[in-house]
Amino acid sequence: MNKISIRNLSLTYSDGTQPLKNISFDIPANQISVIFGPAGGGKSSLLRTLNRLNDLTDLKYQEGSVLLDGREVLDPALDVIQLRRQVGMVFARPVVLPFSIQKNLTYGLEVAGETNKDYLLDVVESSLKKAALWDEVKDRLADPAIALSGGQQQRLCLARVLALEPEVVLLDEPTSGLDPISTGKVEESLQDLKSEYTIILVPHSIQQAARTADQAIFLLQGELIEVNRGDLIFTNPQDTRTQDYIQGRFG
Amino acid sequence: MTMKLSARQFKQRLGFSLLTLMTFLTVVPIIGVVIYIIYLGFPAINLEFLTGFPREGMREGGILPAIIGTFYLTLGTAIFAVPLGIGSAIYLSEYAPNNRATQLIRIAIINLAGIPSVVYGLFGLGLFVLFLGFGTSILAGSLTLSIMTLPVIISTTEEALRAVPQAFRTVSMSLGATKWQTIRKIVLPQALPGILTGVILGLERAAGETAPILFTVAAFFLPRLPNSPLDATMALPYHLYVISTQVPGMPIKIQYGTALVLLVFVLSMILIATAIRSRARARRQW
Repeated sequence: MNKISIRNLSLTYSDGTQPLKNISFDIPANQISVIFGPAGGGKSSLLRTLNRLNDLTDLKYQEGSVLLDGREVLDPALDVIQLRRQVGMVFARPVVLPFSIQKNLTYGLEVAGETNKDYLLDVVESSLKKAALWDEVKDRLADPAIALSGGQQQRLCLARVLALEPEVVLLDEPTSGLDPISTGKVEESLQDLKSEYTIILVPHSIQQAARTADQAIFLLQGELIEVNRGDLIFTNPQDTRTQDYIQGRFG
Repeated sequence: MTMKLSARQFKQRLGFSLLTLMTFLTVVPIIGVVIYIIYLGFPAINLEFLTGFPREGMREGGILPAIIGTFYLTLGTAIFAVPLGIGSAIYLSEYAPNNRATQLIRIAIINLAGIPSVVYGLFGLGLFVLFLGFGTSILAGSLTLSIMTLPVIISTTEEALRAVPQAFRTVSMSLGATKWQTIRKIVLPQALPGILTGVILGLERAAGETAPILFTVAAFFLPRLPNSPLDATMALPYHLYVISTQVPGMPIKIQYGTALVLLVFVLSMILIATAIRSRARARRQW
């Protein structure tokens, strides 16, 4: 079943650059879809379209259609606040908010009007467990989140998104600043999470793409070159450009 | 190994010495002024001076009406200028589109800060005292001081807001917060110490200015306390001007005593600001 259908999506920024050119593909539910390719290929722009964070940039116009469960995401009348709860995002650099660990996790629910203390505490525990951080922080939930290590901060950012009980989780190079052990922990959590969520990952390396992808999408300079199952695209790419990139001839 | 200094090292030492000397030359007069005023003014300070009314053509008695007047004027300025200034700064930093009109507003605000205070005084006389009919009153004086103070509050507040990392805003909105929730829950608390600095800097200037209150509120001699915002009042800076130039045979200790009180008034505002700021920093997570 497809969670998201993207049809003929093109973006243009006000400086005239076109990060995405006529992109079409589907994102199946409860899988890890990996969007990979060299820098400047439009990966982040694509992610930011899916939860309308592009609204905050100097986007000039967008064409085409992005359907989430059959509903048009690009509709100007859509409630973006609701959309962003439904489609959560983890950024490349872990940005913890200037609060305690616990407040970071409850922030999204509190701004949405949730006041039930018991429920909030439950969410803190369950989301930290899902992000494999609970054991490390359960005794210091009131400490400032900034005191955590980089790897812990990034897992906190993941837990913060999960606390909103989203349906889709976007991850933009979530392990780019992390050591191999933390990276392993994040990748492990993702595998556990896909039964509950639809995951879209921009990996920080081709190796990570190959390790995690159920489906992989290769983007090159704003164009979609190839979409295939993860176990096929990295062993038997159909397009020579995909092959060249995977084998390290460019990028 | 030779002990001879190379030309580069000599230049470096000379540079450091010059910079130290310059800093010294800056600090010495400031400390000198404070010590001088305390030395000449302290003998005048007693309970009657602080809580009494002027007598004998202001040559004796106290300066209570001037103290209270300056207090009311500072308070009035805060009531008008603080909400207006912070509000404008939030609009300029967070909501205003980045276009020519916004740039024009910003340039206008920066230039307003450079207008001589006596011009504000004349403007206040024309607008508040005469045209709006407030008369020479605390209301007219506070409004005039507010207009003079606004540019300082707006530009420092805007700077403090802009110093809050953009990433906090993006993350907050990606978690489903509205723009206003993001500003109220993250941006403003983070910017608070900087905003307070701006507010106090502005109010401190308002408390110490003579020219803007000259035509709008200050009374030469009014030995009673104001009991409505439409009353005129004595005020410390103007009182100091009057007793220093307009009254013959004025004892020097009364002049410097008044200066000392004004100095303490302004310095205590700085101290309060510093205390609030360091408390806000300590409560902050980093």
